Order: sequence, then C-alpha cells, then structure tokens
Amino acid sequence: MIHRQTLTQLAADLRARKVSSVELVRAFLARIEASQPVLNAFVSVTAEQALAEAEAADRALAAGRGGALAGVPIGHKDLFCTAGVRTTCGSRMLENFVSPYDATVVARLKAAGAVVLGKLNMDEFAMGSSNETSYFGPVRNPWNTELVPGGSSGGSAAAVAARLLPAATATDTGGSIRQPAAFCGITGIKPTYGRVSRYGMIAFASSLDQGGVLAASAEDAARMLREMAGFDPRDSTSVDAPVPDYPAGLGEPLAGVRIGLVREFLDKGLDPEYERCVREALAVFERLGASLREVSLPNIPLSVPAYYVVAPAECSSNLARYDGVRFGHRCADARDLQDLYKRSRSEGFGAEVKRRIMTGTYVLSAGYYDAYYLKAQRVRRLIAGDFERAFGEVDLLMGPTTPTAAFALGAKTADPITMYLNDIYTISANLAGVPAMSVPCGFAAGLPVGLQIIGPHFAEQRLLHAAHRYQLETDWHRRIPERFA
Amino acid sequence: MSAWETVIGLEIHAQLATRSKIFSGAATAYGAAPNTQACLVDLGYPGVLPVLNAEAVRMAVRFGLAIGARIARQSVFARKNYFYPDLPKGYQISQYELPIVAGGAIDIVLEDGSVKRIGVTRAHLEEDAGKSLHEGLGSLTGIDLNRAGTPLIEIVSEPEMRSAREAVAYMKKVHTLVRYLEICDGNMQEGSFRCDANVSVRPAGSDQFGTRAEIKNINSFRYVEKAIQYEVARQIELIESGGKVVQETRLYDPDKGETRSMRSKEEANDYRYFPDPDLLPLEIEAAYIETVRAGLPELPDAKAARFVGQYGLSAYDAGVLTASRDLAEYYEAVVRAVPEQPKLAANWVMGDLAAALNKEGLEIDSGRLPAEALAGLLARIADQTISGKIAKEVFEAMWAGGERADAIIEAKGLKQITDTGAIERAIEAVMAKNPAQLADYRAGKDKLFGFFVGQVMKATQGKANPAQLNELLKKKLPG
Repeated sequence: MIHRQTLTQLAADLRARKVSSVELVRAFLARIEASQPVLNAFVSVTAEQALAEAEAADRALAAGRGGALAGVPIGHKDLFCTAGVRTTCGSRMLENFVSPYDATVVARLKAAGAVVLGKLNMDEFAMGSSNETSYFGPVRNPWNTELVPGGSSGGSAAAVAARLLPAATATDTGGSIRQPAAFCGITGIKPTYGRVSRYGMIAFASSLDQGGVLAASAEDAARMLREMAGFDPRDSTSVDAPVPDYPAGLGEPLAGVRIGLVREFLDKGLDPEYERCVREALAVFERLGASLREVSLPNIPLSVPAYYVVAPAECSSNLARYDGVRFGHRCADARDLQDLYKRSRSEGFGAEVKRRIMTGTYVLSAGYYDAYYLKAQRVRRLIAGDFERAFGEVDLLMGPTTPTAAFALGAKTADPITMYLNDIYTISANLAGVPAMSVPCGFAAGLPVGLQIIGPHFAEQRLLHAAHRYQLETDWHRRIPERFA
Repeated sequence: MSAWETVIGLEIHAQLATRSKIFSGAATAYGAAPNTQACLVDLGYPGVLPVLNAEAVRMAVRFGLAIGARIARQSVFARKNYFYPDLPKGYQISQYELPIVAGGAIDIVLEDGSVKRIGVTRAHLEEDAGKSLHEGLGSLTGIDLNRAGTPLIEIVSEPEMRSAREAVAYMKKVHTLVRYLEICDGNMQEGSFRCDANVSVRPAGSDQFGTRAEIKNINSFRYVEKAIQYEVARQIELIESGGKVVQETRLYDPDKGETRSMRSKEEANDYRYFPDPDLLPLEIEAAYIETVRAGLPELPDAKAARFVGQYGLSAYDAGVLTASRDLAEYYEAVVRAVPEQPKLAANWVMGDLAAALNKEGLEIDSGRLPAEALAGLLARIADQTISGKIAKEVFEAMWAGGERADAIIEAKGLKQITDTGAIERAIEAVMAKNPAQLADYRAGKDKLFGFFVGQVMKATQGKANPAQLNELLKKKLPG
C-alpha cells in the first residue's frame, strides 16, 4: 500500500523508478477526495496542477534529474502563500485571496521537486488550538472524528495522520505544530525561530511564528526540513547560519546524552495516563544510554499569560492590513471610509480573531503598555533565561506535549481560557525561540500521546537524532487510524 | 515690546535620496504613474516582510554626524498603528523610543548678525505613507502608493525658536545641510522637504510653555513664516479676548493665509507604538560611524568660516555664498581663476550673476554662465582693461550672447582709456566747451565736479579710467 510508505521510502522508490509521481499523486488524491467529507482537512485541492507537476517530476526523474523530494506529494498549510492558488488563512477575509507570489518555503520545496496536492485547513489566521475557528469548518481527528485534531495546523496533522499525504508544512506560534502532532499521533518539528524563512507565511505573531513540518516520522521530517530551512534575505529575522544535512547520520547512539524532564510540565493538569506514556518513553531513552534527571524552569508557569499578551499585541497590528481596500473581503455598499473598515473587518474576521485583535489593541494602548506588553516581554526574557540555564545542565528537555489527549469538538469553544491552557507546555519554546518536537509515544484511552523534545537554539539535528533513535525502538509513529489504514 | 513670547519647535521631514525604498526594492523616483512604483511590500500584501535599506541608514548617520549628534549604537524600529487608506499595512514603521540620531545642534544667524544655537532633540528613520488623490475622481478618493515606503528622516528640534523668522532660518539651514550632505534633493514642491510646526505663546518672561498647536505639512519657507505668524496672532488674540488655546492639529491654507483646526487632542489617535518584530534592532558599529564621518563633505558653517579667513569676506557674504554647495563651488572656481580678487568675485556672484539667474528662474548649477567666463570678465576689471561700469555692459552681452568677455571688449571697442595724455585732452576739450560751468566751479560750486566727470565719460564713451579721471580733473579744474 503506497500510502503507508514513509516519505523517505517514497522518495527512494521514485528515484529508483519503482513508482511514478503520477501514480503517487493519483493514489493520494483519491484518498483526499474520499476523506474530505469526513475530515475536512483541505481548503483547496489542486488536482490538475498536481498531476501536471507530477508528470514534470517523472520526466525529470527519468532524465536522472530532480531534487531531493522530486515527485513526492505534499500539502501546505493554507497560510503559506502560493502563486496562483488561493491562500485563505482559514478566514472569510481571505476566502478569495490569490497571492501573486510563492512563500520562500513553498518555493524551496518546489525547487526540491515536491508536488503540492493542496492547501490545508487551519484555525483562522492560526489562532486556535482545535481547528474549530476555521471559516471553512472544523477538521476532524482521524482517530475519532468526534474529536478535534488540535490546532492551528489541524488540517496538516489530520492529513498526515490519515495518510492523505506523506508530509505537510505547518506553522507553530504557541504549539500549532506540536499539539496537533500529539493529538493525531504523528511527528512534528517547530524549528528554532529564524531557521525557516517567514517570507510569504501570513503572519499571526511575528516574533513567535515559525514554519515547520508535520510528518509520519522524524526521518521524514528531517528530509522536509533540510529543504525548507536556511537564510532568506527577504526575512530580516531569518538567521544566516549553515543548514546541517539533517537526514544524514540520523540514529547516532544516545549514550551519554543528558535528558532533563521538565518538572513544571508535570503539574496537576496533566492526565495520569498521558504521564504514564511519557514516563515509559523516557525509560526507553534511559535504556538507550541517555541519563535522565528532573530539571526546573521556574518561570514556565508565566508563559501562558505572557504569550496571551505578546501574541495578540502583534496580531492586532499584523491584521490591520485587512481593511477591505486593496485585497481580501470588502463589505458591500460602504457608505464611507469608517463604514468600509468596520463592516469589512466585522464580516471578514471570526470571533476568536476579533477577541485577539481587541486584547492586543488593549495591551498596547496608552496607559496599559507598560503593565502588559513590557511586563510580558520581561517574562519572556526570564523564560529564555530558564532554558539557557537548563541547557547548561542537560542536552535535551523532555515532557508531555499537551496536558491531555484530543478532546471533543465543541468541548472548549465556550471558554477561551480552557482552550488557551491546552498550549501550556508548548508556548514556552516559542517565547524562548528554541526548537521543539512532538513524537508519538503511546496511547491514553485509545488516543495518541505526544512526547515533547526541546533543544537549545539551532539544535534541530540533536532533536531529530533523538527522535529517530526512539522511533527505531518503538512503533507508535507507525500506527495509523484503522479507518484510514 | 510685545507682552507675548512665541515658542516654536519644528519637525522636519526630509525624504532621503536613496534609489530604492526604505524596506523594499521598489524605486523612489518622483512623478511615475500612480501605483507603478509600489511592490508587494509597499502594498502591505499578506506574508511580505520589510528589509532595511542600508543606504538610508548611511544617510541618517551622515546627518547625525553633521549636526554633532550621538549616533545610537542600537536603535529600534517601531510600529505606529493607525488606519488610513494611504497606509497599506495599517501601521507606519518608524523609530520611537530609540532613534538613530539624538542630541545635536544647528546654528542659525539672526537678523542682527548674532548666532543662535537651536537644539535638535532627535532624528529618526521612518517610511513615508502613500497619497490620497481627489482631483478628477468625482466623489471618489484615489490612492497612489508610489510614495509609500520612501525613506524619511524626521528631524525634531527643541522648542527654542522665538519667531517665525527664526523658524525659517532654522528650516533653511537644515535644507542647506541635507543638500550639502547629498541625502535629500530638498525639492519642496514635490514634498521631499516639509515640516510640521509646533507653535505656542506665553507671557514674556514666563518659563512655562503655553498650550501648543501643531501646524501640519508645510512645504515652503514662505508658508512656514506666514503660517506661524498667523497662528501666533490667532493665539494671542484668543487669549487676550479671554479664550484658551486648545491642543490640536491645524492645517495651513495658503490660499486664505490662515490655519484651521484639523483634529483636537481628544480625537487624536493612540498609535500603540511597539517594537516591530519583523525587524531586528539596528546595530551600528563604531568603525562604520568613523567611515561615514571620513566621507563627510566640508559643511556650510566650516566653509563660511574658511571663506571669511581665506578670502577676507564678511560673515554675511560668506553665509550667502555657502548657502548651497553648488554656489560655494562656483564661487571658488571663479576665485581660482582670479585669485587676487576674492571680494570682487563675491560681489559679482552675489550681485549681477544672482540677479540674472533669478530673473530667468535658474539655479547656479544650470551652467548658464560658466565660472571661467565670469572669471574672464573679472580679470579684465582687475587689470583695468575695463571699468566696473563697462563691465556691467560686457556682462549683459555675455549673458545675452554667450561670448567671452575679451571677445566682447574687443568687438565693441570697450577697452578702457588709461593713457593720461588722452584723458587730459578729453578734459581740456570739455573745459573749453563749458566755460560757464568752469567759472562757477572755480567760484566755489564744488558740486559741479560730478558734471565734469560725466561730460568726460560721455566724450570717451565711458572708457576713461575713473580713478585716473578723478585725479586729473582734481589737478586741472582749479586752473
């Protein structure tokens, strides 16, 4: 069965001409079509274009050319701008927005030969932890369609979990790659802030947003990331440092690696079954020769409040450009400029986006800036300091990705605070800018559990090594929901 | 003496003369068809990001060094948030708490010749907004985003000017400076150089500031003077009739010659400034600052001081001649050709040449009369080939026909008579023809001396050397 192959295997088979890209694309397109009424993982499916790209990839492969991902089908979270294909950001505001240019990530994957099958559903403007804020309807969890897949990269995660795609791009501002990876039982990596270009990635919170990968394994994620990462002169915050060959040498022994279990992640909110899976995973690492100790990052409990000041502040400004003047939703029959602004934005944005714009506007207002924004920035520096100290003692930090496994659709929509607390273990890595992964490590009451692995800045390779080594010992990442097996 | 003292501070916006915009690669040239010089970054498209133009930074550092300011080793770009159709992103990228330039000064010369130092609080980099167009669109408003993203340096003065004249002198000085530094073309009609004036009045002798009004977007020296004068009179009249000045933004209407309210403090935006997360703090190395410093040209004040010392000019003349780099260079080119005559050169450049250029609306760099051509004329005055009076005639011919001075003098036979014998003969002939006047002169009517000068000059078609003529007349007339 083609769809059960890893991206690594598919890329090799394509290169060996054991399978054609057209065959692959047709097979995955069929799965996408069949799943769409159930999962709603896609906002747009670009079948025709994909087939044309697949034919071109096959020709290149036949001629002995083609990049590292030549002919491999992938999908993009619908906030990566794609020339000629609409980029909605999960919002009515951009329902019909067609970008005139490709995001850097899109262009790089295209250059590597990857074939894009479509654009993946997401929480509106990446604001949400359940994919329920999408204007295009919620995505459902392939393990249980009554449950959410997590968010904001819910479409990307569900698609990979259901093997509608071998891998997909995603973004992570407060956990939007890791939390859905955990909920859907797949592997996700959020690289160091600045590792992957943000150019063409529609901004939610610029100082926290980072593009990354959702895939079936660490090895697959490494292959994708190698093509995506690297300095981009069009993104002033991207870092000009060489990109290691991530897939090369994966699986180095873990002997001597020092792992810290983050004490603050083992709080009273953590589901005991979830904790059991995480501790079992840590035992595997110990068995592989790593040493384990508990480490405290005392300021981590402040990360959720700090995040919900910084992220909305930046979003309130980033989303000001959606004014109905040049692109995006424009209200009908505006009476005057104020009316145009008010109605275009009222109609174009959903409730969660509006809530964050209002929160952000408030915390930046005269008289509140110091009390909220500046204080949150100070907390951010404290948290970064916590990580720096911890990485003086250990090589990797580990813990649960989320407090619980996937929850039911509608269970948390009434109370934004409970929804926000779902990101309690993931947000700190964004605030500190460090790389982090989520790796499947078992099942709690039949639902996937994620092990979070965090490293110091630019230690993606260390994360991928550890995750891959773990995946050589376990098969959690190979489990596929029965319905999509 | 007035019972009121005026307090003025200026915020000058100078467009930096970079080829591309401050955060994008789009061109900055003026006058292109609307929206043809706005790229996706300027249009604020989803997903695009700003990248700082290094040339804009270099220009701002040049300015800071020229006014003796501190160049911040780290400055921060911030977002100024407000909604307006010509502001595509819904925020302007500017600098707020940490500007690139802080704490400089600019000297201005007052009418009595004294020098006053005006403090410059700060100068920061920012992007310009687009323009709203109303003409020819009926009830609609058009948006032209060609200007969006053009680099600006905003130069904020201390509230240290005390009259409209001082404000204009300061603005002119800044204008001179930015053109010397070649960081701004200074074109005020195209909006490359414009200012906001903060104006208040207070009882003379008070050390408290009155409530100020900000007059926005004034783009000529004359309007600055008029707008401030109007505003000062309005505020004084308002207070004297029992009213109170309210803090507000006002616009100057040049057609009516008045300022009128645009928005009050209560209606003012809360700009919600915060550091722009898309741009890292701007770090400037000490070595870079020194490189820029080494590339600075001679600045106007230093040049003027040198002109006084080197050429013996008055401070006033030196000030006029150094008001623009082109003018100063022209003057020095003339002096190089007639090194013995720096004052004569100054008089001609500031006098006849300036008047002729002005009449045709030309600038000194128009090439209308090359410096060597003027020097050729001055050389003939210096060696007494022609008199100053004849020289004006030659100058007019040069201006009209483009020929060199020597050719004109030759062709028109304007060579000065310096032959004593010839002048004596002419004097004798005039004395013989005017016996009555001669008798009156000898009887004590000294004023008739001028009559004889005029008659001799007339007889020689103005070519008699005036000094010689004077001397000879003094000898001959008394008999």
